[in-house]
Amino acid sequence: MTSLKVENRHVVIPGELLAEGMDTLPGDNTYREDDKIYSKVLGLVSLSGRVVRITPLSGSYVPKVDDKIICRVIDIAMSGWRFNTGTAWTAMLNVKDATNRFIKREADLSQILAIDDYVVAKISKVTSQMLIDLSLREPGLQKIEGGRIIQINSQKVPRVIGKKGSMISMIKDKTGCNITVGQNGAIWINGKNENLAEKAIKTIEARSHEEGLTEKMEKFLQTEVSS
Amino acid sequence: MAYTRTDGRQVTDLRPMEAKAGVIPNASGSAVFIAGKTKAIVAVHGPREVYPRFLSNPKRGILRCFYTMMPFSGSGERIRPGTSRRAQEISMVMQKALEPVVDLSAFPNSTVDVFIELPQTDAGTRCAAISAACIALADAGIPMKDMISSVAMGEVDGTVMADLTYNEEAFDGVVSDIPIAMKQNTKEITLLQMDGEITKEALMEALEMAKSATDKVYEVQKKALKDRFQKESAQ
Repeated sequence: MTSLKVENRHVVIPGELLAEGMDTLPGDNTYREDDKIYSKVLGLVSLSGRVVRITPLSGSYVPKVDDKIICRVIDIAMSGWRFNTGTAWTAMLNVKDATNRFIKREADLSQILAIDDYVVAKISKVTSQMLIDLSLREPGLQKIEGGRIIQINSQKVPRVIGKKGSMISMIKDKTGCNITVGQNGAIWINGKNENLAEKAIKTIEARSHEEGLTEKMEKFLQTEVSS
Repeated sequence: MAYTRTDGRQVTDLRPMEAKAGVIPNASGSAVFIAGKTKAIVAVHGPREVYPRFLSNPKRGILRCFYTMMPFSGSGERIRPGTSRRAQEISMVMQKALEPVVDLSAFPNSTVDVFIELPQTDAGTRCAAISAACIALADAGIPMKDMISSVAMGEVDGTVMADLTYNEEAFDGVVSDIPIAMKQNTKEITLLQMDGEITKEALMEALEMAKSATDKVYEVQKKALKDRFQKESAQ
């Protein structure tokens, strides 16, 4: 017989007992020892069927394939660029993944992307050793020009985007800014009301645990815009 | 006659403890742990790039600790700022005490740096530092299999007791001071050091007493971590 020791949506700490018995299965950020399941991180319990998993409340971004991230050029290599991803690991972008144009072998790559330029890129490959390959060959992926880039905790990114993008499209709508959210927590804001958009995103980051935050933020932006 | 403690505590009593997580916004994770007059502030940075590069491990991330006492933190003379032989030793034993629970296999070629600063001390600094570091690591979202709780045991004038103060350590007679760190779930020992002299029987008694003493530390650590996010949700 399984007995759950915790409730859904409760905060647990590392090493805390989640369940006893073999009927429950250990999901993300948990581990089984004998017939007991323990938490491996500080986070919220989320139960789905027989699986118990933990949603982390803190922690840095871990690169995953197909994630859209915002990163900065830190070096130019023979046939590509090296980027700072805001993690412990750097990423590479090859010339052939950067543009459809024909680039001559002896071309100066800094004419295309210079050091300290920012791009919105997609992670195309991650190895076990955390070697990361990027790609720009998809709509919406580009070099960043104008606007500003702010940094938030990457664990709060899903909250900023909202269910099916409800939160972010609401902010775009109310502030009239173009906003691109990178999974690594870097956010590009471009438009005439950048200060308000930044304030809204920082508020969401600080209050991410609250329920009904989209409605609250909509009300907040409504009063800010009209005043 | 048995030794009576100067602050009126029972032999199993710890000093009043207090802990808080998330005290340094710039760090990935942070905590403060106070036991009586000993106070430890810890900042965790990382996982981040390893410098110098040759220290990096391609199989897993590394954990590094940096222990420092502030110049007038003790009750005696000014402590020279920066590292010393003692600080390096404590940094090393702290790292060895925390490594058994910290799982950095998902972060190859990276480092997690733990910086410990002690603004005020009254014995038991490495224990307060380990307890605080464990809160800060959890706050930083580092995967850990268990929590480490640490407390010093000791024998003063033939009486085994928990959580010695500086005055008790300085007792004019036979004294032993035994810092202990334990995993919470299994009560496995990850740190065991000793100063002074003690009989085998008294040592076993001290180790047994450490189990319930680390339980008390664990409750404080657990409360600090849970409060951090309950507080955020209440805002």
